[in-house]
Amino acid sequence: MNGFAKFGNDLYTGRRSIDFMGRRKVWFALSAIVLAIALAGLFVRGLNLGLEFTGGSEFRVSGVTNLSGFEGRAKDVVTRTSKTQENVTVTQVGSQGLRIQTEKLDDKTTQAVANAVAKEFGVPASAVSSTFVGPSWGQSVTQQALKALIIFFLLVALVLAVYFRTWKMSLAALLAMVHDMVITIGIYTLVGFEITPATMIGFLTVLGYSLYDTVVVFDKVKENTHLAEITGRQSYSQAANLAVNQTLVRSINTSMVSIIPITVVLLFGLFVIGPGVLLDLALVLLVGILVGAYSSIFIASPILAWLRESEPSSQALAKRARKFQESRGGRANASGQLVLPDGELAVDVPVVEGAAPRSVASSGSSRGGSTGSIGSTGSTGSSAAGTGSRDRRPLHPSVQQGGPRNQPRRTPRSQR
Amino acid sequence: MANPRTRSARRTLTTFFVLLLAMAALLAGATRWSDAEWTPKLGLDLAGGTQVVLEPQLAGGQTVNEGQMTKAVDIMRKRVDGSGIAEAEVSTQGGNNIVVSVPSGTPQAVLDSLEKSSMMRFRPVLVTAPGAPTATPSAGGAASPTATGSAATPASTPAAATPSAAGANFPAAALRSPAATTPGATATPTPAATPAATSAAPTAPAVTPGAAVTSAPAATAATGAATPSAKPTDPSDLAWVTDALAKQFTDLDCSKQPDSVAVDDASKPLVACDDTGAAKFILGPTEIEGSHITDAQAGLATTQSGATTGQYVVNITFDREGGQQFYDVTKRLNSLPSPRNQLAMVLDGKVISAPSVTQGAIAGGRAEISGTFNSVTADALAQQLKFGALPLSFTVQTKDTISPQLGSDQLRLGLLAGAIGLVLVVLYSLIQYRVLGLVTVASLIMAAAVIYLSITLLGWSQNFRLSMAGVTGLILSIGTTADSFIVYFERVRDEIRDGRSTAAAVEAGWKRARGTILISDAVNLLAAVVLYLLASSNVRGFAFTLGLTTVIDVIIVMLFTHPLLSILARTKFFGEGRPWSGLEPERLGVDRNAIRYRGRGRFSAPTASSSTSARGTRGTRGGSQVEPDDEPVGSATSDTPAIPADADAPVNPDAQATPDAPAAAGTRRRRPIHPSASGRDPQEGAVL
Repeated sequence: MNGFAKFGNDLYTGRRSIDFMGRRKVWFALSAIVLAIALAGLFVRGLNLGLEFTGGSEFRVSGVTNLSGFEGRAKDVVTRTSKTQENVTVTQVGSQGLRIQTEKLDDKTTQAVANAVAKEFGVPASAVSSTFVGPSWGQSVTQQALKALIIFFLLVALVLAVYFRTWKMSLAALLAMVHDMVITIGIYTLVGFEITPATMIGFLTVLGYSLYDTVVVFDKVKENTHLAEITGRQSYSQAANLAVNQTLVRSINTSMVSIIPITVVLLFGLFVIGPGVLLDLALVLLVGILVGAYSSIFIASPILAWLRESEPSSQALAKRARKFQESRGGRANASGQLVLPDGELAVDVPVVEGAAPRSVASSGSSRGGSTGSIGSTGSTGSSAAGTGSRDRRPLHPSVQQGGPRNQPRRTPRSQR
Repeated sequence: MANPRTRSARRTLTTFFVLLLAMAALLAGATRWSDAEWTPKLGLDLAGGTQVVLEPQLAGGQTVNEGQMTKAVDIMRKRVDGSGIAEAEVSTQGGNNIVVSVPSGTPQAVLDSLEKSSMMRFRPVLVTAPGAPTATPSAGGAASPTATGSAATPASTPAAATPSAAGANFPAAALRSPAATTPGATATPTPAATPAATSAAPTAPAVTPGAAVTSAPAATAATGAATPSAKPTDPSDLAWVTDALAKQFTDLDCSKQPDSVAVDDASKPLVACDDTGAAKFILGPTEIEGSHITDAQAGLATTQSGATTGQYVVNITFDREGGQQFYDVTKRLNSLPSPRNQLAMVLDGKVISAPSVTQGAIAGGRAEISGTFNSVTADALAQQLKFGALPLSFTVQTKDTISPQLGSDQLRLGLLAGAIGLVLVVLYSLIQYRVLGLVTVASLIMAAAVIYLSITLLGWSQNFRLSMAGVTGLILSIGTTADSFIVYFERVRDEIRDGRSTAAAVEAGWKRARGTILISDAVNLLAAVVLYLLASSNVRGFAFTLGLTTVIDVIIVMLFTHPLLSILARTKFFGEGRPWSGLEPERLGVDRNAIRYRGRGRFSAPTASSSTSARGTRGTRGGSQVEPDDEPVGSATSDTPAIPADADAPVNPDAQATPDAPAAAGTRRRRPIHPSASGRDPQEGAVL
């Protein structure tokens, strides 16, 4: 675990930096391919809608005396006779009746199923009636939900634009969300699972999760880019890249914590419970959360950086940052942090003679190996002063002089 | 524990536990004295319910088309949804039946409202008479002692329906008048209304968007005799009352056929009973169609002073056209003699209210329907009016209880899966955050407790049902709830990486994490609210669960996790970043031997590598006054201001001499103060 903690530390300081922004063409291309596959699946295979959406056949059995284990028996009979696997619901109606719903069957199969059911439950064939049932999740429900979604998108775009004070973040977040939706639905379609109301709810959850994840990352981007604008040491993309790196550990942890329960539910659904609401939801969420975590890092932030880079203020900032970085040796990584040739993070301040560095040197040498294993792995041959100061964030020379800086002073009591 | 720095945190924690206990107490009370249960109410798929098959009522060779069925299904779905978050299922069966499945425990009034077409029409009253044909019509008859019985009596037992009681029934109402406060223009109707104030007066409908009151005396059927043969000029014209209609009216016995549904043709006059069967009417053609109603809300009637009367009413709002029509009608009716100044509200061929217009035209497009409502029936009527009329009337064909679609083992296994998932989440957070992970665990347990209590309470008060999808959603909300803790912890760690002490890092990290948590939860809440308000069916249930867990997430992180962590940050274990605390500066890559800016112009100088050197430093600095403060210097936190002997940090010699020094030593346990800060700085010393 120490490795993971170190990884997190390095990401935070910018010593190690994954170039999310610079390689955006790679991510975009990757996403484009997956999107194309998902869309192809959507158009070629189409959505496999469940009977809640399309309606189906319903059998009613009356006068059943032996109801023990009716659910399993009815399911067995129906799946055996109709050769359909999915979505057979069996419900007891009243004290002696059964209701069996399946996807829509043709007349011949309907007759066969009705006879088989009658035989199984020991009732005359006349006691089994079959009808067609309409969708319980009709067109209008879908339309209502879509209307609600569109209004939600507009509102969320507005809220995010106000909160982040730029519409480009709204746009990037919404694009990432659409990306997630299409991929999730596409993969679901490709696998060939039936879409049930539970799945629809799963899609909505994915959508919420995707936005949530993106907002968390963007909040850090906002903070870092704001700082960069003040210091002028990083370009917009570099600051955003650092933010994504810094929230990477959070993203991994969050995704893990979300995925763990889902995986358990999924495994239960697959091996213990069998197809049903649990399995439907778990699958859609697993895919959705993975895609959502991916898009908040690889899609949303690069889109944002791409949108912002062309702005004059961002270009001016990039110029300032380049100048600054060149003046300090020029080896800035993707997050705009200066890196020494040996891979260590450079302190932007050269070693200053005086009290503080000396103390650093002495402590660096005296602390031995106890903290050295954690602190600086690459601290072999370099100078003692460098060892001590390299792992931490650079200090400005003025602060190394030891004493307090200029600050408001209390008037001496005698003069008050 | 009496640390003043943790006072507000402890206060917040106390608030949280008081809230939690209050919820539990409310639930306990509701279980004891009301019909609440200790477990959440389960939805249709888990607990079963009632299935109603509705068959359209078709006259003659009439057929239903698909469009009508779709519209009927939509309206029924809205009506069921409008009455709560019950997640009912509405679908068609065999092309012309509608199947509605609702969880058990759905109020009967909601089921009843399904079959009503809810065709609401406003018609002027031409002639009125008591509902029972044996009753002799009388103009504002004296209150007979039998009328002191409940007004329901005339309806159920027609024999008791004296003319006066029935007569008083409607005229007691007036547009713009709360019926109960009738001052009595004539003495006679008043006693009739008053003894039955609890029953007859609420029965007496009143459209009251406003002021005072005149009791209209009961009219008689005799007016109908004066039938002019001329062509009627407006809907209030008595010319509508033809001989055939008068005969039909005389023959009508409301007490015998309380359920008979009159054929309601908008352009023709109508003979109708009121909904209790106590009065009958000849009504003019329709003035305003119910489709002009844009909104209907159930509520308590208020008097002009704003006090509630305890009487349930339905407030309706017309669209622009309906409002104009309402204005025109009330204007015309105002000038007419009683009973023709009454405007009847006809629902499915029955008069549910016929208040008289006495206070002039009513503008503004708002009206209030009062009647024999309780909260449930008023709500049901409001839903029916709001969602429009069914294209057809329906009758109940069968009504059966149905078993759960999912076996009980599904729920059990689902919960088991959730429990395993929770344990794994706990393990993961312990690995990632060490002992700090226990804070996550405690928070998750608290979140679970609050969610459980909320759902159970909402099941009792709002008929909230937990479906399988809802259960799954709750299992998955473990992840999203835990995320706010992760965001928070990571921010705290970031602050520690920046060199803050644990206590300071917790506060600074919280300030930053709070914004992130709030905005991301706000987005989720927005999704929940929009979906809840606009979508229907299952989506509503999902939206409700999402909104609930989001709000609880915010509550937990604000009222529990943060105060808990800020208290813990001041313990030695976390505050000093001991191993396994999850906040060890070393693990977070902080070099304890580094100079760091500690804020307010102060810096923490490097800690000495050995405790001896630090102690030595202190010894020279603070002398014996510092020494007894035997804080474990060796394991001192990174911000312990020990100065290596060889560091020529500007330790002010004055600092040792001034009386400030012991004070500095005393506070060191909580918050170490850098020598340069605790003493006076050199320049200042020079001034002195």
